[in-house]
Amino acid sequence: MRLSIERSALLKALSHVQSVVERRNTIPILSNVLLTAAGDGVKLTATDLDIEIAEMAPAQIDRAGATTTPAHTLFEFVRRLPEGQPVRLELSGEDSRLAVSAGKARLQLPVLPPGDFPSMPIDAAGHTFLIPPTELARLIDKTKFAISTEETRYYLNGIFIHAVAVNGEPMLRAVATDGHRLALADATAPEGSVGMPGVIVPRKTIQELRRLLEDATGDVEVAVSAQKIRFAVADAVLTSKLIDGSFPEYARVIPKANSRILKVDNRGFAQAVDRVSTVSAERSRSVKLALEAERVTLTVNNPDQGVATEDLPADYQSDALEIGFNSKFLKDVTDQIEGVEAQFEFADSGSPTLVRDPADGQALYVLMPLRV
Amino acid sequence: MSVICRDCGELYAEPPGFACQACGGGRFLAHPEALSLTIAHLDCDAFYAAIEKRDDPTLAARPVIIGGGNRGVVSTACYVARAYGVRSAMPMFKALALCPQAAVVPPNMGKYVEEGRKVRALMQALTPAVEPISIDEAFMDLSGLEALHKAAPVQTLARLQRRILDEIGITVSIGLSFAKFLAKTASDLDKPNGFSIIGRAEALDFLAPRAVSTLPGVGPAGAKALAALGVATIGDLRTADPKQIVARVGAWGLRLIEFAHARDTRSIDPDATRRSISAETTFSDDLRGLPDLEDRLWLACEKVAARARAANLSGWTVTLKLKSTDFRTITRARRLNEPTLLAARLFEASRALLAAEVDGRCAYRLIGVGLSDLAPAAQADQGDLADRETPRRAAAEAAMARARAKFGADAVRTGRGLRIAKPD
Repeated sequence: MRLSIERSALLKALSHVQSVVERRNTIPILSNVLLTAAGDGVKLTATDLDIEIAEMAPAQIDRAGATTTPAHTLFEFVRRLPEGQPVRLELSGEDSRLAVSAGKARLQLPVLPPGDFPSMPIDAAGHTFLIPPTELARLIDKTKFAISTEETRYYLNGIFIHAVAVNGEPMLRAVATDGHRLALADATAPEGSVGMPGVIVPRKTIQELRRLLEDATGDVEVAVSAQKIRFAVADAVLTSKLIDGSFPEYARVIPKANSRILKVDNRGFAQAVDRVSTVSAERSRSVKLALEAERVTLTVNNPDQGVATEDLPADYQSDALEIGFNSKFLKDVTDQIEGVEAQFEFADSGSPTLVRDPADGQALYVLMPLRV
Repeated sequence: MSVICRDCGELYAEPPGFACQACGGGRFLAHPEALSLTIAHLDCDAFYAAIEKRDDPTLAARPVIIGGGNRGVVSTACYVARAYGVRSAMPMFKALALCPQAAVVPPNMGKYVEEGRKVRALMQALTPAVEPISIDEAFMDLSGLEALHKAAPVQTLARLQRRILDEIGITVSIGLSFAKFLAKTASDLDKPNGFSIIGRAEALDFLAPRAVSTLPGVGPAGAKALAALGVATIGDLRTADPKQIVARVGAWGLRLIEFAHARDTRSIDPDATRRSISAETTFSDDLRGLPDLEDRLWLACEKVAARARAANLSGWTVTLKLKSTDFRTITRARRLNEPTLLAARLFEASRALLAAEVDGRCAYRLIGVGLSDLAPAAQADQGDLADRETPRRAAAEAAMARARAKFGADAVRTGRGLRIAKPD
């Protein structure tokens, strides 16, 4: 294998694939990136056995071939090379090293045989569709904060993506929950997604995908099979295992008839929550909302640190209510709201509360109250 | 220099010669800071064995081991048995190989609990600030009570030690210092029937050469992690880079560094009684298969759940304990998303931990499950947005508990619990 490639093209592809490589690996080849040179480009592939990212980069191929070499080392070296410099990669026949050179800088890297590199073929894809990168990014951004990190409930460690019908309109829906809060976002169903079975896309895949979407230009091609999902974003292809489990029946915990409606200036509310939380205890972070006509009072009472309260004007007409929330969870939700106002819909101090963004009818949030 | 008679608590400015002028006793305690220290740790000496020796004088001079059967482990060895190398938690067959003439007495927990309460009552008569750590040891804070007792804490403690011997008939060892962990360290210096003082002036020099495992919370794993950083003694810990320590052992490292500088601000908390609830069983036959182990685990989970319910407690963390036939003990813990007191949830969490350990080849002799990070029962098992099953399970287990309370423990049993005809 011998090729020459622009430093920036190599760096871009490497930065996309290397982040999937775990820092510590018991299987040595998983620390490596697979380089496959053929035609007018080189393909870079990295995997952690759960996710595989492959990306094509244009290169001048003098001699086709393939090898694998430590991904992080190659990335760090290329990152430090001056911009605009061509990089040469050469693996000579008997040498068990990959020579990387740019200008006067040279690096000899150990290699492992490409035949040992695990591949992650996607099984017969059931549903394939195209979705604009902004739409996919929106589904992720609106929900990913609610993904659980709890190992025991592994089926919550991702975003549940599935096809639904809302008022007869087919929609592609993303839902995430950690039990304390739930986030839901809908997008108009792309052609081909209708009838797609629900899949749980793991958190790490979501993170990698979100990074790839930053550089996306055209539509993203999504292919879903029983156990895997594949996203083709520009020159990169991300293949991931799905979480094998069943997502809880979230529809039953979304309140349908909460009658106490609070409308409040979102920014003012978020800042007030932030202010009173300065005295909150590390563990509970509980903030109390006392609602009465045209007013909401926020209180954090921490025996060790003191008491903080703040009154806010609000649009509230129902009878008085006191309800507590985790201040961080409140903030996560207010961060999602794009409109001027946030709309809270309460039932009572012990039941789930619905939060809507009047500016975005296709997203909603559910918060579980804390006892105060 | 203050000198205190160990027998009656009489105070002297200078050593009074060979015998105490007040009681005729000949044992004295001398320390420059003796009158200003208030934090004490009291530990009963070989408690279970001491009780048995008290109740059966023929045992007095013999090596005595408290423990169960041939398969069991030593729960307490008296000081005579310890001279042969017998230690607590040692397997019984090993203990008997070291000391074949030992008298093995099966434990009578009811009696020990009762005697332990008597000791505690004598402590509580002196100060409300008594923090029990277990049945036979506790911290005490005697600050501000000099006027009430008309004596310095050190004198009050010397009298307490004497009174426990006179009224209950066992010896205890006392450590007196200005911080909890130093008091605990001190009580161990001069066992049995000891009284040791670690003052402010000597604390740093005293700690410097000692192994880091002297510090609270540093077990074998922690000591190993610190050793990897070249930290073997407490003195090493003082000069180590706090960032490296924290990177290695987590935020707890900062606490350890504080301890290394003899700074321990933990107060004595009379309510910090219970830290965990657990149950374990040693099998009559070694087990290696997951289904067999699961059945035993389920029984342990039911026990812990019943104990938690009785104490009106629940816990956030479930710990699995396994002991293999080569006496390796492994513990694995998992923190739940909310506190629980349900056998089903204890089992669910501990079974997952068990499944990750069992390979079908390694044989085990003991399994146990524990619940820690305790919380009031009322906070447990609420369920959440993703869990609508738990409140239903909670209702079912509460109903079973009510039936058992009314009609006896066997009134309701689960299928899994019935699978073992005779529990070990």
